[in-house]
Amino acid sequence: MKPPKFEYYRPNTVDTALSLLEESGFDGKIIAGGQSLVPIMNMRLASPECLIDINQLHELDFIEADDDKVKIGTLTRQSRIEISDLIKNNIGLLHEAVPFIGHVQTRNRGTFGGSLVHADPTAEIPLALMASGGTVHIASADETREVQIEDFFVTYLTTDVMPTELLTEVHIPIWKGRVGFAFDEISRRHGDFAIVASACQLTLDDHNKISNVRLVLGGVEAVPLLVEGANEIMIGEELSDSLLNKVADIVTGVVDPESDLHASADYRRHLAAVYTKRILQTAYNRARR
Amino acid sequence: MGTHSIKLTINGKHYVEEVESRILLSDFIRENCGLTGTHVGCEHGVCGACTVIVNGTAVRSCLMFAVQTDGEEIQTVEGLSQDGELTPLQQNFKECHGLQCGFCTPGILMSAQDYLAKNPEPSTQELKEMLSGHLCRCTGYDGILKAIQKTVDENKQLALTEGS
Ligand code: FES
Ligand code: FES
Repeated sequence: MKPPKFEYYRPNTVDTALSLLEESGFDGKIIAGGQSLVPIMNMRLASPECLIDINQLHELDFIEADDDKVKIGTLTRQSRIEISDLIKNNIGLLHEAVPFIGHVQTRNRGTFGGSLVHADPTAEIPLALMASGGTVHIASADETREVQIEDFFVTYLTTDVMPTELLTEVHIPIWKGRVGFAFDEISRRHGDFAIVASACQLTLDDHNKISNVRLVLGGVEAVPLLVEGANEIMIGEELSDSLLNKVADIVTGVVDPESDLHASADYRRHLAAVYTKRILQTAYNRARR
Repeated sequence: MGTHSIKLTINGKHYVEEVESRILLSDFIRENCGLTGTHVGCEHGVCGACTVIVNGTAVRSCLMFAVQTDGEEIQTVEGLSQDGELTPLQQNFKECHGLQCGFCTPGILMSAQDYLAKNPEPSTQELKEMLSGHLCRCTGYDGILKAIQKTVDENKQLALTEGS
């Protein structure tokens, strides 16, 4: 349970971090909060040659908002997001999701960007972000680029971020109008990896008909699953039992979970439908208020 | 893969040490500094036994490398009591049977210390959630919860008398 040897760098500016990344190529790995990376290094499931520690890059630790979006720096600690009024008032879904991450003590160190690039398919921040939409900002020594969150997750523990790149910040749109959201997940014990996690955000028109909706499920695919087929059939409808059943049927049909020690594929599929109904109802009720 | 020279403060005392980058903060505290009050259970962030306060925040010392704490300030369980006097929280652990074997205790004390400083009036549910980050195989948590709750109540009382 001790990590293997590695080179260690602790840059003070983003530019230095990016040139270190460029030099170290595939051997280099960024460490931020380390709440996922250090356990897997301790277990020797990962053995990076070189760690580039970004904890001194205070310029990447921020939460800011303008009229239509909130910007969060990659190094922002999860515990800071949890107590931020700016997040609570503008991106309630993220505020609701964060307390499900690990424990108080790991959220104190774990970062926003770290959770995104680690890309565990049951992780809370990726799910919340997929349900609210947004853009991920990525930098390398030669360029900066933006990726839509829908294109960010590639597969299990893999994102669009290349070995020489650094995720710097994320912009999340502030939904306007009659907005409702909900986040929920099931795990054996609080703080464990979720067996199934679910997030949704929706808006209603003046007649209580759904005008926009994003339902996302975690733990049922290699990446957070935006259930597009289900989202489409809800537009222009009021949420009724029959609509919920139709959506649940679509979910059961599209999800393709795996069996493991914690739950069988069938059980996960069943949970996906149960949680879908539950969070849609909650989000809808909240939007109607 | 050379070593790194680091300077840090633990419980108010300055340390200057040479460390290999792969040395975990938990091992550094125990082996280089001889502060064995910080316990090591799982070494992957699950049990909470290794929790210490780094720059005013309770974190897992098994999930940090010692080199990452160059220039930082750390408090361990040895830094709680002053002149041999237990803190009220420690005293209440003693009184409420908040420990049996004591393996989990240092970590819980450090978490609770930080948590109560930031959340002076937590609900029982919130305290339970905070404690979910710690495994205790002995007490069943009841004594621990009582000890922390008692500290919260005493602090409230204290604030009242000071206020009036
Ligand atoms: S030893 Fe650090 S959490 Fe268990
Ligand atoms: S007192 Fe023995 S593990 Fe908690």
